[in-house]
Amino acid sequence: MMELVCPAGTPAALRAAVDAGAHTVYCGFADETNARNFPGLNFSREELAEGVAYARARGARVLVAINTFPRAGGQALWHRAVADAHQAGAHAVILADPGLIAHAAEAHPDLRLHLSVQAAAANPDAINLYAEAFGIRRVVLPRVLTVEEITAINREIDIETEVFVFGGLCVMAEGRCSLSSWATGLSPNMNGVCSPASHVAYEEVAGNNEARLGGYLIHRTPKGAPVPYPTLCKGCFTAPATRTGPAQTGHIFEDPVSLDATELIPKLQKAGVTALKIEGRQRSRAYVAQVVRAFRAAVEAAEQGAPMPAGLLAKLTEGQAATTGAYAKTWR
Amino acid sequence: MTLPRPLPRLFSRLPLPPLAAPALGLALTRLLRRIATRQPAILSRLGPYQAARFLIDVQDGPVLLLMEPEARRITALPRRAPPPHDAAIRGRMAAFLAMLHGTEDGDALFFSGELEISGDTSAVLALRNALDDAELDLTGELAALARPPFDRWLRRASHLAAQRSGYALSREEPLA
Repeated sequence: MMELVCPAGTPAALRAAVDAGAHTVYCGFADETNARNFPGLNFSREELAEGVAYARARGARVLVAINTFPRAGGQALWHRAVADAHQAGAHAVILADPGLIAHAAEAHPDLRLHLSVQAAAANPDAINLYAEAFGIRRVVLPRVLTVEEITAINREIDIETEVFVFGGLCVMAEGRCSLSSWATGLSPNMNGVCSPASHVAYEEVAGNNEARLGGYLIHRTPKGAPVPYPTLCKGCFTAPATRTGPAQTGHIFEDPVSLDATELIPKLQKAGVTALKIEGRQRSRAYVAQVVRAFRAAVEAAEQGAPMPAGLLAKLTEGQAATTGAYAKTWR
Repeated sequence: MTLPRPLPRLFSRLPLPPLAAPALGLALTRLLRRIATRQPAILSRLGPYQAARFLIDVQDGPVLLLMEPEARRITALPRRAPPPHDAAIRGRMAAFLAMLHGTEDGDALFFSGELEISGDTSAVLALRNALDDAELDLTGELAALARPPFDRWLRRASHLAAQRSGYALSREEPLA
C-alpha cells in the first residue's frame, strides 16, 4: 500500500492523524526551523517525544520537518533541532538546506534523511546528487511536475519519492519565492512563514470583507462570501486598461484553490511513487481527521484496484475549490 | 458546511434580567480558571498573546464576551457597549461550538464565512491553535463542577440537547 504522510501542527492533531489511519505523521518544532512557524502551532521537545511514543505504539512513524534555511551565524538552532529530533526517536528528518543536510549526515549518520519540497529538486540529476553526496533516502517532489515527469524521474533515481496529494498549493518552485518577503519582510524559506498572520488584517468596509497583507489589499469579497487567506500569489488584482484592452480584475498568479489529486492516486502508484503527502500542519485536528480518513480509504481502494472516491473534501479546501494541480497540466 | 440553525432571534433581543451578565461572566471565569489550571498548555501555546483581549461575539447570543487569558477572566457585556479589545471573533453559537469541540475545522468555518475575525490575526490564530490542541469538552468541564447526581443529569441533558438541536455540546470522541 502507498504510504500516507499526514500533517500535525499540535499533539492533538498528531493523535487525530494516527487514529484516523496515517502511516506517517510529520510535524515541526515551535520555532523558525520549520516552514509552518505560526503562532500557537508546533511541538516542544517533550511533546515530540510523547508524539513519537503515541505513534509507535500504534504502528505509525513521525517525521520532523526542519526545512527552512539556516541564517548565517544562527546555524546552532537548526543543528540543535536535528539532534533533538534524533534524540526524540523521529523516523526521519525533512531537510532543505544543503549545509544542514551535510551536517546531519555527518553528525547523525544513522538518522534517516528526507529532502524537503523546499529544496526544489525537480530532476533526476539534482536528486541523485543529494542521494550520493548525503545519503538522502526520500525526496518530496515539487508541485510543478506532471505524472509523466514523475514517472521519468523514478526511472532514473534509486531513492523513494513522495508527492503532495491534498491541501494548499504553492505556485512557485518551492524554496524560491520572495513574494511574502516583499510584502512583509518575512518569508517561508527563511522565517518559516508565508504571509504571516502578524501582517494580516481583515476588515469590513462598505459591506465587503477586505483582507490585507502588509497593508496591501489582496482580496475584497462581498459579506457572506468565502474569504480566502491573503497570500500575494493567490490575490485578486486589477490590471489597468491599456491601449489594447480594458482594465481586468482577476487572480493574476493563481486562483485560491487547493490541490486534490485523489483521482490521480492510481497513476501516481503506477509512476512508482512511494508516499502521498497531505499538506496542512496549520489546520485543525478536525481537518486532519477528516482528510486522513478519506485518503486512507483512497489508498486502500487503490491497493485493491477499486475506483477512487471523489469530492468528499471540497468544504475543507481553501476557496472551497480544488484542482489536480500540475499533475495533469490543467493548471495555469 | 452544514451547521444547525441559529439560536432563536428572540434570544438575542430579549432584555437581560438584572445581574444576568455579571453572573454569566463569573460562571465563565470560573470555568476558564478550571481549564487553565488543568490544561496549562493552552496558555503556553498562546505565548505573548496571553495578554491579548479577545472579543467573542456570539451573534445569536444575548451578550458580548471579553476573554482576557492572562487575567484568567471572561466578562459578559451588553451588546450596546463593545469593550476595547485586541482581536475579535464573530459568528453563530453553532460555529463556535463546532470549532471548540473539533467537529468542524476552524479554517473551513472561516473560509466559508461562518466565522469572521478582525484585529490582531496572530492572536486569533494562536487562540485557535491553543484551543484546538486542548481538546476541550464543555459538557465534561461543566459536569466536573457539579456534584453527583447533578453531573450525570447534566451529561444526559447535554446529550439529549445535542441530539435534538444538532449543536456540538461536547467533544467528538476519537475514532476507535
